[in-house]
Amino acid sequence: MEQELLTRIPPKPSKIKFYLTIILVFGIILSSALFSGFSIMDIIRNLKYAFRLIDSMFFPPRWDYADNVIKPLLETVQMAILGSFFGAILAFPAALLAASNFIKIKWVNNVTRIMLNFFRTIPALVLAALFVAVFGLGSFSGIVALTIFSFGLISKMTYESIEAIDYGQVEAVISLGGNRLNVFRYAILPQVLPQYISYTLYAFEVNVRAAAVLGYVGAGGIGQYYEIFLNMRRFDFVGIIVLISFLAVLIIDFVSSSIRRRLV
Amino acid sequence: MMTTYSKPIPKKPAAGTIRKTIVFIVVVALISWGLEGLNFNGIMPSAQGTLNGMWKGIINPDTAYLLNLTVDGLPYAVLETIAIAISGTFVSGILAIPFALLASQNIVGKRVSKIGKFIITMIRTFPELILALIFIGIVGPGAPAGILALGVHSIGMLGKLYSESIESMDIGVKEALLSCGGNNMEVLFRAVIPQVAPEFLSYTLFRFEINMRAATTLGLVGAGGIGASLIFAIRGRFWERVGIIIIVLVVTVTIIDILSSRIRKKLV
Repeated sequence: MEQELLTRIPPKPSKIKFYLTIILVFGIILSSALFSGFSIMDIIRNLKYAFRLIDSMFFPPRWDYADNVIKPLLETVQMAILGSFFGAILAFPAALLAASNFIKIKWVNNVTRIMLNFFRTIPALVLAALFVAVFGLGSFSGIVALTIFSFGLISKMTYESIEAIDYGQVEAVISLGGNRLNVFRYAILPQVLPQYISYTLYAFEVNVRAAAVLGYVGAGGIGQYYEIFLNMRRFDFVGIIVLISFLAVLIIDFVSSSIRRRLV
Repeated sequence: MMTTYSKPIPKKPAAGTIRKTIVFIVVVALISWGLEGLNFNGIMPSAQGTLNGMWKGIINPDTAYLLNLTVDGLPYAVLETIAIAISGTFVSGILAIPFALLASQNIVGKRVSKIGKFIITMIRTFPELILALIFIGIVGPGAPAGILALGVHSIGMLGKLYSESIESMDIGVKEALLSCGGNNMEVLFRAVIPQVAPEFLSYTLFRFEINMRAATTLGLVGAGGIGASLIFAIRGRFWERVGIIIIVLVVTVTIIDILSSRIRKKLV
């Protein structure tokens, strides 16, 4: 009897659910590929155009044209700075409203979060296109779009940080007779400030990348030249713009992320 | 007597003050330089009318467009957007693996991994909209260009996350297999893949959420999806149509976010 119990290996758990999941996932992927008309053969067949295009864009790079690109590039950086600055200012109060351990009224948290989610769902490019319709062509529309976009981004990350703070410090301030303002100043702010600054810098990095293409819908910055030169089929000019904005983004990313690493 | 209990309050450290002042000055200088570039030339005279039109469009959206089930309708465009996001994510999920291996210290060594990491960073900083424009030049306008743009651009993020998860892998399992006489294939299938697969899948799903948002804008440059109809509607000032597209977009993206984050929570 005992012998029999020892030798009997328990049956393997059924793998039907696993296989069904795999079939379902691959079904979804395959049908999306078919639906969107994606085929590897087309790409292989057109590969020579790819090389020709890359050749006309970057070989040789038109450095002589670079002078004309610097001014719109600086405008792009300015847009990104202002967008993240204004967005960050607006984001802090919104984050406080959304944080369930600071404002303890459930519906206020939820309404704020739904609003923030709404702003985050609309891409910056679409916001820019909408603001171009209101404020006209130019960098101002882009700045407003980036402000709203960074507002959504920073406030979401900040309210999550506020909710993750060490609550003991809040209780300590309350137990010493502190009011809500004291709680905010001495318990919440010191804990979230480094993260908040770090998120603002992160938003700035995202904004630089976003601002580089906002011009495509007429919202200022370096992007407005893409449409012009693409329509003129001046791929060499497009190439130098891509190259220079790429270098700028790379440098800004590097500086900003090394500051962020020191902060948190 | 009291003095024996209470010590004087320690002085604030002075060392940080100079650095703080410098940082403060730099930040203020940057912002004021930014403000210099702010050329607000007044709100356009038509702005009031535009805002009114937008508001009217949002509150009575174009439901006929929502119920139009042909190729020109909204459901088709939304489905195409989702299809682009799924296919693009799948392409990048596969393409990212070799890049991730190349960037992982415990696979290729310290020196090569630095090169791999730099390549991944470069890919990440290249804007997807520009990639889309380049791919349109190659495969022509349409969804495939969008898929390729997302597929290539997402390598930047997925490659980084994948390589981080490979680097934090438990080497003991691999050694255990080798000590039992396992060959390289067995190490791959029984030690490496089971350890990294849940994280890989979770990151890929997270990227899918991001790609879903990105796919909505690809249409602006002609790379398929809902973006084309949206930009036409905005430029033509068809606010009822803009309203319905934005409402449907927000709802779709939110549903996908919720579903995907639920699956992710189960995975890891």
